[in-house]
Amino acid sequence: MWSLISVELYKIFRRPRTYIAFGAIAALIVVIQLGLKIDGDAYAGFLMKDINDTLTVDGKVLNGYLICYILLQLLLVHVPLLVALIAADMISGEANLGTLRLLFTTPFSRTQWVLAKFIAASVYTILLLIWLAFLALFVSMWIFGTDDLFLMKSNYVVLIEQQDVLWRYVGAFVFASFSLLTVTSLGFLMSSMANNSIGPIVGTMSAIVFFTILSTLNIPLFSLVKPYLFTTHMNNWKEFFDIQVNGDNEAITGSILNIPKIKTSLIVLALHIILFVSASIFIVKKKDILS
Amino acid sequence: MFGLYCYIIMSIIKVNHISKHFGNLKAVDDLSFEVKEGEVFGFLGQNGSGKSTTIRMLLSLIHPTSGHIELFGMPLERNRNEILEKVGAIIERPDLYPYLSAKEHLQLFAKVRKQKIPGSAIEATLDKVGLLDRASDKVQTFSLGMKQRLGIAIALVHNPQLIILDEPTNGLDPQGIADIRSLIQKLSREEGKTVLVSSHLLSEIEQVATQILIIHKGKKMVEGATKDLLDPEKKIVQIKSMDDAKCMQVLLAGSFSNYILSRKEGIYLKLPTYEIPLLSESLIKAGVPIIGIETKNSLEDYFLQVTSNL
Repeated sequence: MWSLISVELYKIFRRPRTYIAFGAIAALIVVIQLGLKIDGDAYAGFLMKDINDTLTVDGKVLNGYLICYILLQLLLVHVPLLVALIAADMISGEANLGTLRLLFTTPFSRTQWVLAKFIAASVYTILLLIWLAFLALFVSMWIFGTDDLFLMKSNYVVLIEQQDVLWRYVGAFVFASFSLLTVTSLGFLMSSMANNSIGPIVGTMSAIVFFTILSTLNIPLFSLVKPYLFTTHMNNWKEFFDIQVNGDNEAITGSILNIPKIKTSLIVLALHIILFVSASIFIVKKKDILS
Repeated sequence: MFGLYCYIIMSIIKVNHISKHFGNLKAVDDLSFEVKEGEVFGFLGQNGSGKSTTIRMLLSLIHPTSGHIELFGMPLERNRNEILEKVGAIIERPDLYPYLSAKEHLQLFAKVRKQKIPGSAIEATLDKVGLLDRASDKVQTFSLGMKQRLGIAIALVHNPQLIILDEPTNGLDPQGIADIRSLIQKLSREEGKTVLVSSHLLSEIEQVATQILIIHKGKKMVEGATKDLLDPEKKIVQIKSMDDAKCMQVLLAGSFSNYILSRKEGIYLKLPTYEIPLLSESLIKAGVPIIGIETKNSLEDYFLQVTSNL
């Protein structure tokens, strides 16, 4: 099995297309970091303008931790589209190229090949996330320094002490890996049903957009299905940055406000991954390779 | 027990009544044949006749609608991985990874074999197909003929016992075709490999194959040893009658039954020239309403005739 995974990884990282996502993420992050470095004070002033009269904040609001949070909010919505570029091409791309028949005439079962391809696509996804984490968190910390994390939610403010932040990002990135692996498995499922790359890539992107809209709209009819949609849970990495308070309304260091919500989301996402990958294996096993 | 032992040794491919339907289309219809160890088996038919579908079923790329396939004496369905370890194949076009070199292709496919394949074997295989000097070049710079040769190298790199080549000379120039022909002969004669080679050109097959099977519209038209089918002492005749059923009944009942080639697209027999008058006489005596007995000059004539829907 390891030989199949190494072959798949080798193919992924020999393709120029693979590096588009890494380049796109780097370009976006660098542009945002550059903009905030040059014009960050004005941006921070804009963020704080509503509370400046009621609250005085000491220290450096626009620090590496806040920049990372801003970047994640912006990018974790778009990274799934970049993940789809590779994941949705894993089977259909080879069917289109005609190389799937070469793989499927080796002495390994189709199930083994599909699993190897999924694991390789997952490794790509995780590496993309690590790249994102490195640029968004560590490079931002290096450029902007560190301080307490000051977050403005819709109707409240969260202040997390500097030493209480880093582990939350670790948790958020682990959670985000589940979200992106769900997208990988969805792309994979689409890929198993087609013999060309474009359809599954567009299909995956469309599905994400469609379900995100359903998850976001507050229409009672959709409320019935919302808890079961993966898109409802994909952005719950933010829960790591909601903190419990004590009776005096003071933040409890090391706490998370809603752990059950995170657990539920992880379970829903994991179930989606299992469902999508199992369906992919079933489809590929039944498929006649005609390309 | 002894009989069973002999069977396992001798029969590399055994296809029993396989069919493949795509909706209403019968791509392969009740096809049976057997390939023995060490044979070069020519699989002949026009484009769209069902050759590639059959080959894909032999490689478990397509699931048969019905029928049974055995390779190396083992059912393909149950022993797929064990069987495919001993098989090397190219199927139709030489589709490869454009961003990898010839050597990287062989390294990659050597890796997905259960046995360890040394680097020297990879170079030897590239040398065998005349690509050693282009080993490091990316496939996107290769001509169709070079891709075809690399496809053959991939099929050979793990030293398989059975080699399946589907239209291996597609896109090759005359020299390339001659090279492939001599490679097939070398694999069979010097290395004792069993080769199944398909083509839509009889002229390609007849020079290398020891056995020939002609398929048309998914059905077997004729099968036999090349030397018998191409025997200049024998003629192919087509019997045209007003009652084909009665004609077949008479033929099957008598000594001419051994000469029957096909009865699906007309009644064809291959028989010694001197027996043609006897055939005519016996049919007339039996009261078969014969319109005529037409002699074909060669297997090529026969092949062209049956495959062009006469």
